[in-house]
Amino acid sequence: MDGRREYGFFVQMKIRINGEEKEINEGLSLAALLDEFQIRPGRVVVELNRNIIAREAHGSTALKEGDALEIVHFVGGG
Amino acid sequence: MEDHFELAGVKYRSRLIVGTGKYKDFAETKKAIEVSGADIVTVAVRRVNITDPNKENLLDYLDPKKYTILPNTAGCYNADDAVRTCRLAREAGVGKLVKLEVIGDDKTLFPDIPATLEAAKILVQEGFVVLPYITDDPVTAKKLQDIGCAAVMPLAAPIGSGLGIRNPYNIRIILEQATVPVIVDAGVGTASDAAIAMEMGCDGVLMNTAIAGAKDPILMAEAMRLGIEAGRKAFLAGRIPKKLYATASSPLEGILG
Repeated sequence: MDGRREYGFFVQMKIRINGEEKEINEGLSLAALLDEFQIRPGRVVVELNRNIIAREAHGSTALKEGDALEIVHFVGGG
Repeated sequence: MEDHFELAGVKYRSRLIVGTGKYKDFAETKKAIEVSGADIVTVAVRRVNITDPNKENLLDYLDPKKYTILPNTAGCYNADDAVRTCRLAREAGVGKLVKLEVIGDDKTLFPDIPATLEAAKILVQEGFVVLPYITDDPVTAKKLQDIGCAAVMPLAAPIGSGLGIRNPYNIRIILEQATVPVIVDAGVGTASDAAIAMEMGCDGVLMNTAIAGAKDPILMAEAMRLGIEAGRKAFLAGRIPKKLYATASSPLEGILG
C-alpha cells in the first residue's frame, strides 16, 4: 500500500487536457474531472486517448497517469 | 405555392443556410439567424478553454430542436482530422449532418479535393449525411455525388471574399448533372449574389461572413432572406430570354395618326 495514501494524502498524476499538462488526483473519474473544471457534460464531447467516451460512460471512466483528453464543444463557425 | 428545400429526405422551409461565426456576441448571432429565416445553421468544433471554461455556450442560444445543427470540419487539413471532427460532432447528439471541409491552402482556403473525396467515402460508409465544400469543378461534384454525398457545395468565390459567383458557367454545368441538391457555399457578398445563385436554379446558399461582417448584420440577414426568396421565385417563374433588341411593351395598333 502506498504510504502517502495511508496517511490520507491525495496522490497526484499528470494527464494532458486539450494539449495542456495538468495534475489531478489519482483515480478521478471523467465525470468528476469535468465537474472540477466546471464543464457542463451535456455541452461537450470528450475523447480519451483518441477514443470518444459516451456521456453515459463519463462516471465509470477512471483516468490514469499519462492519459490524453480532448474536450470539445460547438463554437460559432461557417 | 408549396416550395420546399429537400435535403436527405427532410424538408426545410428556407433555402438559406447560415454560419454562426464572427458575430459580436451570441445575442447578435441568435438575432441574425432568426431574421435570416434559416432552418439549418453551421457550427465549428473546437477545444473548450479549460482554464476559463466559458459558462455560456453557443447551443444555449441556438435551440437544436428549432434549428438543424450542421457541424463543419473547418480547420482540418487532412481526411483523418476531418473524419475525427465529424465523429466528435455526432457524439454531441445533434444528428448526422456534417459539412465536410478539408482545406488545402491557407491563403485561398480552397479545398483539398483528394482529401475531401477520401474523407467523404469514410463518412458516407459510417452513415453521415455529408455535405462537401468543393471548388466549382463539375468532375469533383459528380464524384462526390457518386460516393453518396447528400448534396454538393461548390464555392461561389473564396471563403469570406464577398466576390459573388465567379464562374456561373461551371455552376450551370454542376446543376445540369446533379442528382443531389447543389448549395452554393462561400464567397457570397450581398443579397444580389444570393439571388443570382437561386435564379440559376441552385437549391440553396450557405453563407456566414456576408451577414456577420456587414455593418448591420441583422439588416443584412433580412436582405439575404429576401434575396434568396426573390431569386427562387424568379427561377420558378421562368425568366424571359435575353435579346439584343427591343420589343415594345405597348400595342403597336391604335397609335394616334
